[in-house]
Amino acid sequence: MKKTFSLYLTLLLASNARAQAVNPLSVEPPQKIVIQRGKSVSFKIHAKIEPGYHVNSNKPNEDYLIPLRMTWQAEPLIVESVKYPAGHDEKYAFSEKPLSVLTGDFDILVTVKAPEGIEPQMHVMLGKLRYQACSDKACLIPKTIEVRVTVDLR
Amino acid sequence: MYSLKLKTAGLVVALGLGMVSCSTESKADAASVRPIKDRKKAPEFKLKDSDGKVVSLAEYKGKAVLLNFWATWCGPCKVEIPWFIEFEQKFKDKGFAVLGVAMDEEGWTVIKPYITEKKVNYRILAGDDSTAQLYGGVDSLPTTFLIDRNGMIAGVHVGLVSKSEYEKDILALLNATAGK
Repeated sequence: MKKTFSLYLTLLLASNARAQAVNPLSVEPPQKIVIQRGKSVSFKIHAKIEPGYHVNSNKPNEDYLIPLRMTWQAEPLIVESVKYPAGHDEKYAFSEKPLSVLTGDFDILVTVKAPEGIEPQMHVMLGKLRYQACSDKACLIPKTIEVRVTVDLR
Repeated sequence: MYSLKLKTAGLVVALGLGMVSCSTESKADAASVRPIKDRKKAPEFKLKDSDGKVVSLAEYKGKAVLLNFWATWCGPCKVEIPWFIEFEQKFKDKGFAVLGVAMDEEGWTVIKPYITEKKVNYRILAGDDSTAQLYGGVDSLPTTFLIDRNGMIAGVHVGLVSKSEYEKDILALLNATAGK
Protein backbone atom coordinates (compact mmCIF):
# COMPACT_ATOMS: atom_id res chain seq x y z
CA MET A 1 0.00 0.00 0.00
CA LYS A 2 2.81 2.31 1.07
CA LYS A 3 4.72 1.36 -2.08
CA THR A 4 1.70 2.07 -4.30
CA PHE A 5 1.14 5.44 -2.66
CA SER A 6 4.80 6.31 -3.03
CA LEU A 7 4.72 5.39 -6.75
CA TYR A 8 1.53 7.41 -7.19
CA LEU A 9 3.13 10.38 -5.44
CA THR A 10 6.22 10.11 -7.61
CA LEU A 11 4.11 10.01 -10.78
CA LEU A 12 2.00 12.94 -9.57
CA LEU A 13 5.05 15.02 -8.71
CA ALA A 14 6.69 14.16 -11.98
CA SER A 15 3.57 15.05 -13.90
CA ASN A 16 3.33 18.41 -12.08
CA ALA A 17 7.02 18.98 -12.60
CA ARG A 18 6.59 18.27 -16.28
CA ALA A 19 3.76 20.77 -16.56
CA GLN A 20 6.01 23.35 -14.95
CA ALA A 21 9.16 22.41 -16.80
CA VAL A 22 7.59 22.16 -20.23
CA ASN A 23 5.99 25.61 -20.18
CA PRO A 24 8.16 27.84 -18.04
CA LEU A 25 6.60 30.95 -19.62
CA SER A 26 3.03 32.00 -18.86
CA VAL A 27 1.22 35.01 -20.27
CA GLU A 28 -1.62 37.17 -19.08
CA PRO A 29 -3.37 39.22 -21.77
CA PRO A 30 -5.86 41.98 -20.92
CA GLN A 31 -9.46 40.77 -20.45
CA LYS A 32 -10.81 43.22 -23.01
CA ILE A 33 -9.74 46.39 -24.78
CA VAL A 34 -11.92 49.14 -26.16
CA ILE A 35 -11.01 50.99 -29.37
CA GLN A 36 -12.79 53.88 -31.03
CA ARG A 37 -12.82 53.71 -34.83
CA GLY A 38 -10.00 55.78 -36.30
CA LYS A 39 -7.97 55.61 -33.05
CA SER A 40 -5.07 53.60 -31.70
CA VAL A 41 -4.80 51.84 -28.35
CA SER A 42 -1.82 50.24 -26.60
CA PHE A 43 -2.08 47.28 -24.26
CA LYS A 44 0.34 45.05 -22.40
CA ILE A 45 0.79 41.32 -22.56
CA HIS A 46 2.23 40.39 -19.21
CA ALA A 47 4.57 37.40 -19.15
CA LYS A 48 6.21 35.48 -16.35
CA ILE A 49 9.12 33.07 -16.51
CA GLU A 50 9.66 30.45 -13.86
CA PRO A 51 12.75 30.81 -11.67
CA GLY A 52 15.73 28.90 -13.03
CA TYR A 53 14.80 29.60 -16.66
CA HIS A 54 15.44 32.46 -19.05
CA VAL A 55 14.10 33.21 -22.52
CA ASN A 56 16.07 34.90 -25.26
CA SER A 57 15.17 38.55 -25.72
CA ASN A 58 13.90 39.81 -29.07
CA LYS A 59 17.51 40.69 -29.92
CA PRO A 60 19.69 37.86 -28.65
CA ASN A 61 23.45 38.34 -28.84
CA GLU A 62 24.04 35.20 -30.88
CA ASP A 63 22.66 34.44 -34.34
CA TYR A 64 21.86 30.84 -33.50
CA LEU A 65 19.43 31.74 -30.70
CA ILE A 66 15.70 31.94 -31.31
CA PRO A 67 14.39 35.40 -30.37
CA LEU A 68 11.20 36.18 -28.47
CA ARG A 69 8.68 37.16 -31.14
CA MET A 70 5.00 37.95 -31.14
CA THR A 71 2.82 37.91 -34.25
CA TRP A 72 -0.87 38.79 -34.58
CA GLN A 73 -3.88 37.99 -36.70
CA ALA A 74 -5.91 41.11 -36.06
CA GLU A 75 -7.79 41.97 -39.28
CA PRO A 76 -9.66 44.25 -39.72
CA LEU A 77 -7.56 45.92 -37.00
CA ILE A 78 -4.03 47.02 -37.76
CA VAL A 79 -1.17 46.12 -35.41
CA GLU A 80 0.99 49.24 -35.50
CA SER A 81 3.80 48.05 -33.25
CA VAL A 82 4.97 45.31 -30.90
CA LYS A 83 7.52 46.56 -28.38
CA TYR A 84 9.59 44.01 -26.54
CA PRO A 85 11.40 44.60 -23.26
CA ALA A 86 15.15 45.06 -23.50
CA GLY A 87 17.04 41.95 -22.46
CA HIS A 88 19.72 41.97 -19.80
CA ASP A 89 23.12 40.44 -20.43
CA GLU A 90 23.79 37.28 -18.53
CA LYS A 91 26.70 34.86 -18.77
CA TYR A 92 26.02 31.13 -18.69
CA ALA A 93 28.40 28.20 -18.44
CA PHE A 94 27.50 27.14 -21.99
CA SER A 95 28.06 30.54 -23.64
CA GLU A 96 31.34 32.22 -24.44
CA LYS A 97 29.83 35.67 -24.19
CA PRO A 98 26.89 37.06 -22.20
CA LEU A 99 23.48 36.43 -23.76
CA SER A 100 20.64 38.94 -23.94
CA VAL A 101 17.88 37.29 -21.94
CA LEU A 102 14.68 37.93 -20.02
CA THR A 103 13.94 36.47 -16.62
CA GLY A 104 11.13 36.93 -14.11
CA ASP A 105 8.23 39.19 -15.18
CA PHE A 106 8.09 41.35 -18.28
CA ASP A 107 5.58 43.10 -20.55
CA ILE A 108 5.19 43.24 -24.31
CA LEU A 109 3.54 46.45 -25.44
CA VAL A 110 1.19 46.12 -28.41
CA THR A 111 -0.34 49.09 -30.24
CA VAL A 112 -3.33 48.45 -32.43
CA LYS A 113 -5.36 50.78 -34.64
CA ALA A 114 -9.00 50.54 -35.74
CA PRO A 115 -9.53 51.90 -39.26
CA GLU A 116 -12.24 54.55 -39.72
CA GLY A 117 -14.59 52.77 -42.04
CA ILE A 118 -15.29 49.51 -40.18
CA GLU A 119 -18.47 48.46 -38.40
CA PRO A 120 -18.63 48.62 -34.58
CA GLN A 121 -18.34 45.02 -33.36
CA MET A 122 -16.74 42.66 -30.87
CA HIS A 123 -13.56 41.19 -32.26
CA VAL A 124 -10.92 38.71 -31.12
CA MET A 125 -7.25 39.27 -31.92
CA LEU A 126 -5.15 36.11 -32.04
CA GLY A 127 -1.53 36.48 -30.98
CA LYS A 128 1.27 33.92 -31.12
CA LEU A 129 4.23 34.30 -28.83
CA ARG A 130 7.22 32.26 -29.90
CA TYR A 131 9.98 31.76 -27.36
CA GLN A 132 12.99 29.68 -26.52
CA ALA A 133 13.59 28.92 -22.85
CA CYS A 134 16.74 27.51 -21.31
CA SER A 135 18.21 26.88 -17.90
CA ASP A 136 21.98 27.07 -17.47
CA LYS A 137 22.25 23.40 -18.45
CA ALA A 138 19.53 22.65 -20.97
CA CYS A 139 17.18 24.24 -23.47
CA LEU A 140 13.56 23.38 -24.01
CA ILE A 141 12.18 22.84 -27.49
CA PRO A 142 11.01 26.30 -28.75
CA LYS A 143 7.35 26.85 -28.03
CA THR A 144 4.48 29.03 -29.21
CA ILE A 145 1.82 30.31 -26.85
CA GLU A 146 -1.50 31.48 -28.26
CA VAL A 147 -3.00 34.63 -26.81
CA ARG A 148 -6.52 35.92 -27.44
CA VAL A 149 -7.55 39.49 -26.79
CA THR A 150 -11.18 40.57 -27.03
CA VAL A 151 -11.62 43.95 -28.67
CA ASP A 152 -14.73 46.09 -28.25
CA LEU A 153 -14.66 48.13 -31.43
CA ARG A 154 -16.84 51.23 -31.09
CA MET B 1 17.71 24.93 -8.21
CA TYR B 2 18.87 24.26 -11.78
CA SER B 3 20.17 20.92 -10.74
CA LEU B 4 16.82 20.07 -9.16
CA LYS B 5 14.97 21.06 -12.31
CA LEU B 6 17.28 18.96 -14.45
CA LYS B 7 16.85 16.01 -12.13
CA THR B 8 13.12 16.48 -12.44
CA ALA B 9 13.45 16.66 -16.20
CA GLY B 10 15.49 13.48 -16.08
CA LEU B 11 12.78 11.81 -14.09
CA VAL B 12 10.19 12.95 -16.59
CA VAL B 13 12.20 11.51 -19.47
CA ALA B 14 12.66 8.29 -17.57
CA LEU B 15 8.93 8.13 -16.91
CA GLY B 16 8.26 8.82 -20.55
CA LEU B 17 10.50 5.96 -21.47
CA GLY B 18 8.79 3.87 -18.86
CA MET B 19 5.57 4.29 -20.83
CA VAL B 20 7.34 2.80 -23.82
CA SER B 21 9.42 0.19 -22.17
CA CYS B 22 7.88 -0.21 -18.70
CA SER B 23 11.01 1.23 -17.12
CA THR B 24 10.69 2.89 -13.71
CA GLU B 25 14.11 4.54 -13.78
CA SER B 26 13.92 7.31 -11.21
CA LYS B 27 17.24 9.07 -11.47
CA ALA B 28 17.88 9.03 -15.18
CA ASP B 29 20.17 12.02 -15.33
CA ALA B 30 22.57 10.52 -12.82
CA ALA B 31 23.66 8.60 -15.92
CA SER B 32 25.85 6.10 -14.23
CA VAL B 33 25.55 3.03 -16.35
CA ARG B 34 22.75 0.80 -15.10
CA PRO B 35 23.26 -2.88 -14.33
CA ILE B 36 22.45 -5.05 -17.36
CA LYS B 37 19.37 -6.54 -15.68
CA ASP B 38 17.84 -3.05 -15.35
CA ARG B 39 18.31 -2.03 -18.98
CA LYS B 40 15.42 -1.68 -21.40
CA LYS B 41 15.49 -1.95 -25.16
CA ALA B 42 16.31 1.27 -27.00
CA PRO B 43 13.35 2.08 -29.29
CA GLU B 44 14.09 1.39 -32.95
CA PHE B 45 13.96 4.32 -35.38
CA LYS B 46 14.74 5.15 -38.99
CA LEU B 47 16.01 8.64 -39.79
CA LYS B 48 17.89 10.20 -42.68
CA ASP B 49 21.50 11.30 -42.51
CA SER B 50 22.98 14.31 -44.32
CA ASP B 51 23.38 12.26 -47.54
CA GLY B 52 19.73 11.28 -47.50
CA LYS B 53 20.52 7.72 -46.48
CA VAL B 54 18.04 6.07 -44.13
CA VAL B 55 19.78 5.00 -40.95
CA SER B 56 18.30 2.67 -38.35
CA LEU B 57 19.47 2.03 -34.83
CA ALA B 58 19.49 -1.70 -35.61
CA GLU B 59 22.53 -1.10 -37.86
CA TYR B 60 24.51 -0.31 -34.74
CA LYS B 61 23.85 -3.56 -32.92
CA GLY B 62 27.16 -4.83 -31.59
CA LYS B 63 28.38 -1.29 -30.92
CA ALA B 64 28.04 0.91 -27.87
CA VAL B 65 26.18 4.03 -29.02
CA LEU B 66 25.98 7.52 -27.61
CA LEU B 67 22.68 8.81 -28.97
CA ASN B 68 22.58 12.59 -28.59
CA PHE B 69 19.46 14.68 -29.22
CA TRP B 70 20.53 18.26 -29.90
CA ALA B 71 19.75 21.36 -31.97
CA THR B 72 21.69 24.23 -33.49
CA TRP B 73 19.75 26.72 -31.31
CA CYS B 74 20.76 24.91 -28.12
CA GLY B 75 23.74 26.53 -26.39
CA PRO B 76 24.44 23.70 -23.92
CA CYS B 77 24.38 21.18 -26.80
CA LYS B 78 27.18 23.07 -28.52
CA VAL B 79 29.46 22.62 -25.53
CA GLU B 80 29.20 18.84 -25.83
CA ILE B 81 29.76 18.49 -29.57
CA PRO B 82 33.58 18.85 -29.47
CA TRP B 83 33.64 16.16 -26.75
CA PHE B 84 31.60 13.83 -28.93
CA ILE B 85 33.95 14.46 -31.87
CA GLU B 86 36.81 13.44 -29.61
CA PHE B 87 34.99 10.35 -28.30
CA GLU B 88 34.17 9.22 -31.85
CA GLN B 89 37.82 9.54 -32.80
CA LYS B 90 39.12 7.91 -29.64
CA PHE B 91 36.74 4.97 -29.30
CA LYS B 92 35.43 4.17 -32.79
CA ASP B 93 37.89 1.29 -33.20
CA LYS B 94 36.70 -0.20 -29.94
CA GLY B 95 33.14 -0.69 -31.11
CA PHE B 96 31.73 2.70 -30.23
CA ALA B 97 29.75 5.25 -32.25
CA VAL B 98 28.16 8.61 -31.66
CA LEU B 99 24.82 9.30 -33.33
CA GLY B 100 23.53 12.87 -33.25
CA VAL B 101 19.83 13.52 -33.78
CA ALA B 102 19.28 17.17 -34.67
CA MET B 103 15.86 18.48 -33.66
CA ASP B 104 15.91 21.70 -35.70
CA GLU B 105 12.56 22.38 -37.35
CA GLU B 106 14.32 23.89 -40.38
CA GLY B 107 16.13 20.62 -41.04
CA TRP B 108 19.27 20.34 -43.11
CA THR B 109 19.34 24.01 -44.17
CA VAL B 110 20.56 24.86 -40.69
CA ILE B 111 22.07 21.53 -39.64
CA LYS B 112 24.44 21.02 -42.59
CA PRO B 113 26.27 24.36 -42.36
CA TYR B 114 26.76 23.85 -38.63
CA ILE B 115 28.14 20.31 -38.80
CA THR B 116 30.38 21.30 -41.70
CA GLU B 117 31.76 24.28 -39.80
CA LYS B 118 32.36 22.23 -36.66
CA LYS B 119 33.85 19.33 -38.66
CA VAL B 120 31.56 16.84 -36.95
CA ASN B 121 33.07 13.40 -37.58
CA TYR B 122 30.11 11.31 -36.44
CA ARG B 123 26.77 10.63 -38.08
CA ILE B 124 24.10 13.27 -37.76
CA LEU B 125 20.45 12.44 -38.43
CA ALA B 126 17.54 14.83 -38.87
CA GLY B 127 15.19 14.11 -35.99
CA ASP B 128 11.42 14.15 -35.96
CA ASP B 129 8.69 14.28 -33.34
CA SER B 130 7.87 10.60 -33.51
CA THR B 131 11.45 9.58 -32.79
CA ALA B 132 11.59 12.06 -29.92
CA GLN B 133 8.32 10.63 -28.65
CA LEU B 134 9.76 7.11 -28.71
CA TYR B 135 12.50 8.35 -26.42
CA GLY B 136 10.19 9.88 -23.86
CA GLY B 137 9.36 13.19 -25.52
CA VAL B 138 12.85 14.75 -25.44
CA ASP B 139 11.51 18.16 -24.53
CA SER B 140 14.81 19.25 -23.06
CA LEU B 141 18.08 19.40 -25.00
CA PRO B 142 20.67 18.06 -24.87
CA THR B 143 19.32 14.63 -23.98
CA THR B 144 21.77 11.80 -24.44
CA PHE B 145 21.16 8.08 -24.24
CA LEU B 146 23.92 5.53 -23.72
CA ILE B 147 23.06 2.33 -25.53
CA ASP B 148 24.99 -0.87 -25.00
CA ARG B 149 26.13 -3.35 -27.66
CA ASN B 150 22.90 -5.27 -27.31
CA GLY B 151 20.76 -2.24 -28.11
CA MET B 152 19.72 -1.69 -24.49
CA ILE B 153 19.57 1.72 -22.81
CA ALA B 154 22.28 1.78 -20.18
CA GLY B 155 21.91 5.41 -19.13
CA VAL B 156 20.57 8.83 -20.00
CA HIS B 157 21.76 12.36 -19.37
CA VAL B 158 19.33 15.27 -19.54
CA GLY B 159 21.11 18.60 -19.83
CA LEU B 160 24.76 19.46 -19.91
CA VAL B 161 26.99 17.18 -17.86
CA SER B 162 30.75 16.93 -17.69
CA LYS B 163 32.97 15.42 -20.33
CA SER B 164 34.53 13.13 -17.72
CA GLU B 165 31.12 11.78 -16.80
CA TYR B 166 30.47 10.80 -20.41
CA GLU B 167 33.89 9.28 -20.75
CA LYS B 168 33.41 7.26 -17.60
CA ASP B 169 30.09 5.93 -18.93
CA ILE B 170 31.51 5.06 -22.35
CA LEU B 171 34.41 3.21 -20.79
CA ALA B 172 32.05 1.35 -18.49
CA LEU B 173 30.01 0.23 -21.50
CA LEU B 174 33.03 -0.81 -23.54
CA ASN B 175 34.82 -2.54 -20.67
CA ALA B 176 31.72 -4.37 -19.49
CA THR B 177 31.22 -5.80 -22.94
CA ALA B 178 34.90 -6.62 -23.36
CA GLY B 179 34.81 -8.50 -20.08
CA LYS B 180 31.97 -10.77 -21.23
